[in-house]
Amino acid sequence: MNISNEGLILACSAIGAGLAMIAGIGPGVGQGIAAGHGASAVGRNPGARSDVTSTMLLGQAVAETTGLYSLVIALILLFANPLLGKL
Amino acid sequence: MGNSLGILAAKEPDFQIHGLIKFQLFGQELWLTTTHVSILIICILLLIFALVVRAKLSDAEGKPGVLQNIAEFAVESLDNMVHGSMGKNGLGFRNYIGVLFLFLIVSNLSGLLGLRPPTADYGVTLPLGLITFTLIQFNNIKYNKAGAFTELFKPLPFLFPINLIGEIAVPFSLSLRLFGNVLSGTVIMGLLYGLLYKVAWAWPGILHIYFDLFSGCIQAYVFCMLTMVFINAKMPES
Repeated sequence: MNISNEGLILACSAIGAGLAMIAGIGPGVGQGIAAGHGASAVGRNPGARSDVTSTMLLGQAVAETTGLYSLVIALILLFANPLLGKL
Repeated sequence: MGNSLGILAAKEPDFQIHGLIKFQLFGQELWLTTTHVSILIICILLLIFALVVRAKLSDAEGKPGVLQNIAEFAVESLDNMVHGSMGKNGLGFRNYIGVLFLFLIVSNLSGLLGLRPPTADYGVTLPLGLITFTLIQFNNIKYNKAGAFTELFKPLPFLFPINLIGEIAVPFSLSLRLFGNVLSGTVIMGLLYGLLYKVAWAWPGILHIYFDLFSGCIQAYVFCMLTMVFINAKMPES
């Protein structure tokens, strides 16, 4: 079987993109922990519901950043591959 | 892609930015893209809304109309949002945050109108992040004077590079967060409509609720909220 150089790079980039998205585990766990603590905070003090919710959403958005970095890397590997230009 | 997946993938997935008009500027090849068109449509929509509300306001005598109530509610809740997170410092920032929020929310929701959301283009979110960065550093120097620079050497002088990176990373993390969230929704909906277009009737609406409505509103809110938090952190306590 003959594999061209472009084909090899594209195949490895697709695998790399898939591996990069493993980073999605981290934000998932982190956001779940934040949501759980937010729920228990609302349970303890229902009056502060809106404050707790907005703080939780803000924290979750910041925690999400690392996952989005991996998403951007995966998208770069798939659609704007810088390695193909090095052939 | 069409060959390998058979019937289902007869149409190519479409979620890329398309160039429409090519032109030369200073020897550089530039494109007018779908993003420009989307931004233009959104700006025209917002302008029309503003002009209609203005016309309704000026001849309001006695009982306010429905539109005036909606506009007053929107302005009041935006003002409350700014006041809630910035206190007295927020007085001068209500206009900026309000414009930012309106633009972002209409941009993020424009996926529902069949446009490609402009915020799914890094060329739109990075300038927004840089505007915020400029505001943060301007206020930092305005209120802290020389402290803005000595703050970088605290608590220990050799931490200077890390502090510097921490300051410079703000616009990139802000803009990448918005870009990544909106783009991931756009890509998933594009793949869905491209690959499953024969069976994609009505039920993708459920996914639109999450990817466009929920995610778009949350991200617009988070961008404004983080902008206010970062600016407020550089200003004296109110």
